[in-house]
Amino acid sequence: MKFHFFHLMPYQDIDPDFLEHNKSSWITLPNSYYDPKKGSKLYHRYLDELELADELGFDGVCVNEHHQTAYGMMPSPNVLAGALSRRLKKATIGVIGRALPIVENPLVIAEEFAMIDNLMEGRFIAGFVRGIGCEYHASMTNPGFSHERFREAHDLIIRAWSEPGPFEFYGKHYHFQYVNLWPRPYQTPHPPVWIPSQGSTETVEFAAHPDRKYTYVITFSPIASVKKNLKAYRDQCEVYGYECPPDQLGWAMPAYVAETDEIARREAAPHIESLFNRFISSPAQYKLPPGYSSLNSYKAVMAGKYAVRENYLTCDALIENGMFLCGSAATVAEKLEEYQAEMGFGNIAPMLQFGTLPADLTEKNLRIFAGEVIPRVRHLGVTKESAAAE
Amino acid sequence: MANHSSERMKIAGCEIEVLRGGNGPAMVFLHGAGGAHNWMPYMDRLAEHYTLYVPSHPGWGRSDTPDWLDGMGDLAYFYLEFLDAIGEEQVHLVGNSLGGWLALEIAVRTTARIDSLTLVSAAGIHVAGVPKGDIFLWDNDERVRNTFVDQKMAEARIAATPTEEESDIALKNHFSTAKMAWHPRFYNPELQKWLHRIRVPTLILWGDSDKIFPPAYGDAMQKLIPGSTLTIVPDCGHLPQQEKLDDFISAVTAFTAANTVAQKGAA
Repeated sequence: MKFHFFHLMPYQDIDPDFLEHNKSSWITLPNSYYDPKKGSKLYHRYLDELELADELGFDGVCVNEHHQTAYGMMPSPNVLAGALSRRLKKATIGVIGRALPIVENPLVIAEEFAMIDNLMEGRFIAGFVRGIGCEYHASMTNPGFSHERFREAHDLIIRAWSEPGPFEFYGKHYHFQYVNLWPRPYQTPHPPVWIPSQGSTETVEFAAHPDRKYTYVITFSPIASVKKNLKAYRDQCEVYGYECPPDQLGWAMPAYVAETDEIARREAAPHIESLFNRFISSPAQYKLPPGYSSLNSYKAVMAGKYAVRENYLTCDALIENGMFLCGSAATVAEKLEEYQAEMGFGNIAPMLQFGTLPADLTEKNLRIFAGEVIPRVRHLGVTKESAAAE
Repeated sequence: MANHSSERMKIAGCEIEVLRGGNGPAMVFLHGAGGAHNWMPYMDRLAEHYTLYVPSHPGWGRSDTPDWLDGMGDLAYFYLEFLDAIGEEQVHLVGNSLGGWLALEIAVRTTARIDSLTLVSAAGIHVAGVPKGDIFLWDNDERVRNTFVDQKMAEARIAATPTEEESDIALKNHFSTAKMAWHPRFYNPELQKWLHRIRVPTLILWGDSDKIFPPAYGDAMQKLIPGSTLTIVPDCGHLPQQEKLDDFISAVTAFTAANTVAQKGAA
């Protein structure tokens, strides 16, 4: 199994009462809440944490993209990937992901990813997402075209990486007389692609297709839903006539380990609760703009997830439903053993800093995870093929 | 209630529902974001004076959502074909909100079949420095409250329990509204360059307390359309035809009576 430390880089110094005066931590939360002096310190602290993960033996580090929010300070994750590229000795960088539909020129993403891939001499994972609904308010991209723009931008980027240029590309949304990427990516034919998802049939069919075989990563979901979606992906691979290898499956979740279960819960509780009840907080119409999903999936999500999210999520409830992996190293390793045996994933992307979790606890979390969890479960999900590829 | 019918019409591969009722000069009412798939009191009142056509736009109500529907230009061309297809020489064209924008898009292309134009709290242009309401960031209840001045009317609307069909249609309408109007938000930057092409008599009706498109939009529209008249409806929000029905009917009937060209000889 491979371990990728995933950071969201929340603006954790925000006034703790911000939600009493604002209905969302996204889009309309005034940026007067952001103090650049505190923010710059946080950027450097978070980069230090990612660099520490490299020293501690994580296989990779991951960053991602969000706009106009205290939830994450990475509107441009590639800037941070660039900063990390000169520091990381062994770890890969995963940008999981960039939101393809919300840019007017997807070739910029192809170029920047190719640059990172060159700087990292191939230790780079390209994540492609549609972006959550809030990004469509922030960018004014029409959510009704989200799916088509994602597919078209994806095709353009993959072709730009793997076909000799110049060539022309005329789609419905993107039109280029000359596609001729300089630099070309370091990896051939292109960097590995991850598709972070919260589970939709369309995404599963797309990512599992034999032409693509992209690593499908379920993010921030109750464990029942992680199981259901990873199974759906494995089943789809079978429909396509091949067996899904572990490295094509991933799970991203917040995680916290400490000396004992009790200490872990006590130390993590206020911070994980700040993530799920404050930093992620926004009304449904912010997260699900009309047209972002089909009418039927919109109705299903509104009836399911948003009905649940109305309630305050306690640390215990989050551990209970498996959205939060928390406990002693032994407890966390046992859970990973159990889940890996059942779901067959070969990648996990634990988010070991979350919400207001301070620097000292984040570092402790990273050290215990690297020192006591990883060695116990590293051998899981390793096939002859993936071992040979090392 | 006046007799009315519901008919299906197929144009450009897309089947739409058209409500129709009344007698008199032909009037086509282009609905706004919320749709018009039920026969409403304002339609009843208009049908006392006109042969009223209320089509549900492609993507709205019980009409199909065609694959070709990508923007307001598509709806404009669709309705040019619709006007050719309904068998009326000339019509009074009325558009409310997004339907007003649609009427403008049609009229800048050609006014050949348009006797007169009535724009009711119409979208379609941008007025610098006058913020619009954001119907996509409001929740359902906020949207209703911000649509009406009369909050009793709003609360009654909120308290009503919709049928499953009504909920589904409301969602479908909202999705199609986003597809047409998300960006640029409720306007076409090209349009205001060409509104001077509209040379038919034009009435612009606006609620004085419209929170979605403030009355300054009506003002700006009036200046862009030669010879147009702006009438402000007092104590009224975004839907004068619902909130101030009598004012709406008298303004529209007086205006069309003064400007019916085609029917004058026949009358």
